[in-house]
Amino acid sequence: MAGISAYGAYVPRLRLARSAIAAAHQWSDPSFKGKGKGERAIANWDEDAITMAVEAARDCLAHGAAPGPEASASLDALYLASTTLPFADRQNAGIVATALSLDGQRRTLDITGSQRAGTTALLEALHAVSGPYSDQALVVGTDKRPAKVASAGELAYGDGAAALLVEEGEGLLTFLAGVTETTDFVDHFRGAGEAFDYTWEERWIRDEGISQIVPEAVNAVLAKAGVEASAIDHFIFPSTIGRAADGVAKSVGIKAEALGDNLSATLGECGTAHALVMLSHLLEGGLKPGALVLVAAFGQGCDALLFRATEAAAAPQGKLGVRGHLALGKTSDNYMQYLAFNDLVTLEKGMRAERDDYKTALSVTYRKRDMLLALEGGKCTQCGTLQFPRTDICVNPQCGAHHTQEPHSFRDSKASVLTWSADYLTYIPNPPSHYGMITFEDGGRFMTDFTDVDVGELDVGTPVKMMFRIKSRDGLRGFVRYFWKAVPQRGQDA
Amino acid sequence: MARGIKDKVAILGMGCSRFGERWESGAEELMVEAYEEALLDAGIDGSQLDAAWFSTHYEEINVGKGGLPLATALRLPNIAVTRVENFCASGSEAFRGAVYAVASGACDIALALGVEKLKDTGYGGLPGSLGGTLNAQWAATGSAPGNFAQLASAYRAKHGVSRKDLKRALAHISVKSHANGAKNDKAHLRKPITEEQALNAPMIAEPLGLFDCCGVSDGAAACIVTTPEIAKQLGKERIVTVKALQLSLSNGSEAGHNSWDGSYFHTTRIAARKAYEEAGIKKPREEVSMFECHDCFSVTELVTMEDLQLSAEGGAITDVLDGFYDAEGTIPCQIDGGLKCFGHPIGASGIRMLYEMYLQLSHRAGPRQLDAPRIGMTHNLGGSPMSNVAAVCIIGAAE
Repeated sequence: MAGISAYGAYVPRLRLARSAIAAAHQWSDPSFKGKGKGERAIANWDEDAITMAVEAARDCLAHGAAPGPEASASLDALYLASTTLPFADRQNAGIVATALSLDGQRRTLDITGSQRAGTTALLEALHAVSGPYSDQALVVGTDKRPAKVASAGELAYGDGAAALLVEEGEGLLTFLAGVTETTDFVDHFRGAGEAFDYTWEERWIRDEGISQIVPEAVNAVLAKAGVEASAIDHFIFPSTIGRAADGVAKSVGIKAEALGDNLSATLGECGTAHALVMLSHLLEGGLKPGALVLVAAFGQGCDALLFRATEAAAAPQGKLGVRGHLALGKTSDNYMQYLAFNDLVTLEKGMRAERDDYKTALSVTYRKRDMLLALEGGKCTQCGTLQFPRTDICVNPQCGAHHTQEPHSFRDSKASVLTWSADYLTYIPNPPSHYGMITFEDGGRFMTDFTDVDVGELDVGTPVKMMFRIKSRDGLRGFVRYFWKAVPQRGQDA
Repeated sequence: MARGIKDKVAILGMGCSRFGERWESGAEELMVEAYEEALLDAGIDGSQLDAAWFSTHYEEINVGKGGLPLATALRLPNIAVTRVENFCASGSEAFRGAVYAVASGACDIALALGVEKLKDTGYGGLPGSLGGTLNAQWAATGSAPGNFAQLASAYRAKHGVSRKDLKRALAHISVKSHANGAKNDKAHLRKPITEEQALNAPMIAEPLGLFDCCGVSDGAAACIVTTPEIAKQLGKERIVTVKALQLSLSNGSEAGHNSWDGSYFHTTRIAARKAYEEAGIKKPREEVSMFECHDCFSVTELVTMEDLQLSAEGGAITDVLDGFYDAEGTIPCQIDGGLKCFGHPIGASGIRMLYEMYLQLSHRAGPRQLDAPRIGMTHNLGGSPMSNVAAVCIIGAAE
């Protein structure tokens, strides 16, 4: 028996009001006039599918009932689902695993190539745990979908990620059955090396694709578990096509009230992550024990998974989750900033942005992977001083012992601002550049970049937490460097 | 402590190019300009030099690496030339090499020359630095103003100073340096400014505005040193000797250990203490006649007043606003305009500071001449508040 035992999510802080997108395009296409409702999540310039995956995984693993990453000795697999991973050939799941200190003898894999990659990853994990192949697996769905300016996707998509922990036993949601239907129905595609999707007519996708393929998979999973469609309490089926989920529910006999919030008004559609995002969102509200949950996702076929809620699902786990992150959002109507962050407009960045110093010494990246990806510093076993980075000689002027430091990760440590400035001179895609010294509550400090920070928000003593972010991009060679940055703690986050 | 070098080395001659946007000159021409003045002042020719130390920071936009650029530009007589680089304190490092060579007896006459040609980048301000293959992967994205602006946040928190009061003191510092620089025909920036101009200038890095930042200038400065005996033999009058020369470098504790509060320069305090000891100075506030400090940014000057033990801790704002460091004040500071207005050609700045102290002690400072100064001090700093090189040098009339 396998079940989902913990959940978590990440939604970037920035929300772009759809009215700003609509206003920008009305001049050329009057139909945008009626499309300015709600808002969508947009990643900051230093966020991508990997950084969001790390944060969703931390939310899933760090709080509540699930063990922290260090304690996850039984976690033996990490599945990363996305079609917008930054590396085509360098395992992206390996980066996420290292950032979480989950590298080593564990199975890590990228699952990609279809909008149902998220549910496929979940299904694979459930099958592995149901069998003798895995004890505990982390499934992360993440997407930052590129969209052409003035496309339907620009309005519909949202950037985000969700993570689910799968393990032996009933969990919060016990896995009852799963079915995969594979059909090469090309509703849209993105050729290898292409920047954007190419999409066919919506009515054809709905009538010939979704309405035909999804019910088959749903009916098959219901039959497999011996459950009537009318007994389903919650039906999760993401689609950017209006009323597609209602149509499927109606055709198979699932009651209308089983359809929950698809988050299009507040978040947008997160691609491969969205089924997992909606599932996390559902679990965050607490579920009636015994409730039946059906999750389906469409993409060159359909995955359908059936679960039953246990007693443990009644109370929320205290994750930040989708709800927590939505509450921490900052709405913006700065469409130009969105274009700039996503490299959709050619900006004059000034000569300071020209420096070609972004070639990365990969031998250094490897040698220091625990420092750079897992924020691992040292703890002196002689004087107890925490320090970053870890070095051969203790930084404490009163100690100075040689070769005494054991690894210590600052990833989850609380910190506060010691010094700061907002710098308008340095080139950064989101000026001004905020940086300064932070000190960790239990010791240790370093000069860090701040991100997701508003002008005037920082002060000496401001509490911050660490987040995994893009440090810089090497456009010439297509490499992305990751490191950790400090973000002010806000609201229920604090 | 070691016996030190007090009065073992004399300044035989000094020279300094005009600082500024020297579009017409390269580093080579600037070096020659400073060198010729120094030779003339010393009353020697190049064949009498035994060795030279050459300081420049950005070799990539200046003249390349090594000692060859100096040896070649000045056609030196095939003597040893060593290039030194220690951030913005590089000039003091070149001076230290020449002074120690003479003090040791290895050389009779040695040259220290620093140069920086910054205005060949195509934009204002300093180019960024990489800091190596590892630092590039994690060090915060910063600029010099942003790094030094960090001091303001910690200083305000520690001493309970409002942003408004701090900004007023910083404005006074810049107004004073502009007034001084206006009297210096070699200075880069020669226009006086008002407190309102300083307060309302465009923001560079909170809370530092445009007038809180020093000039980015081209320039060179040179110093020829020898023993007091040889200086006397060569007919030098009013001989100025080195009283103390101390450097202190961060070892990572400010950046990595929670014992530092971010509001002061740990190294400046150490270098100053050692320099006063070497020079035999017991009460700096009473004994130092004048000084040039590393005013790369107004806030650096403010906290340095305290680090040099000239103002009490937390007392610099009051001293600054009282005019204690103005040209007419008790201890005039940046009499030549400082980095702020004379300018900051990085590799030259440490020697430029000595140039003004030397002129003042030689009673040759023209319209800026102070009344009978005895002890002049320079403070030359490189790096950032959390990791830096601090050099303190004290010179005065030979005893």
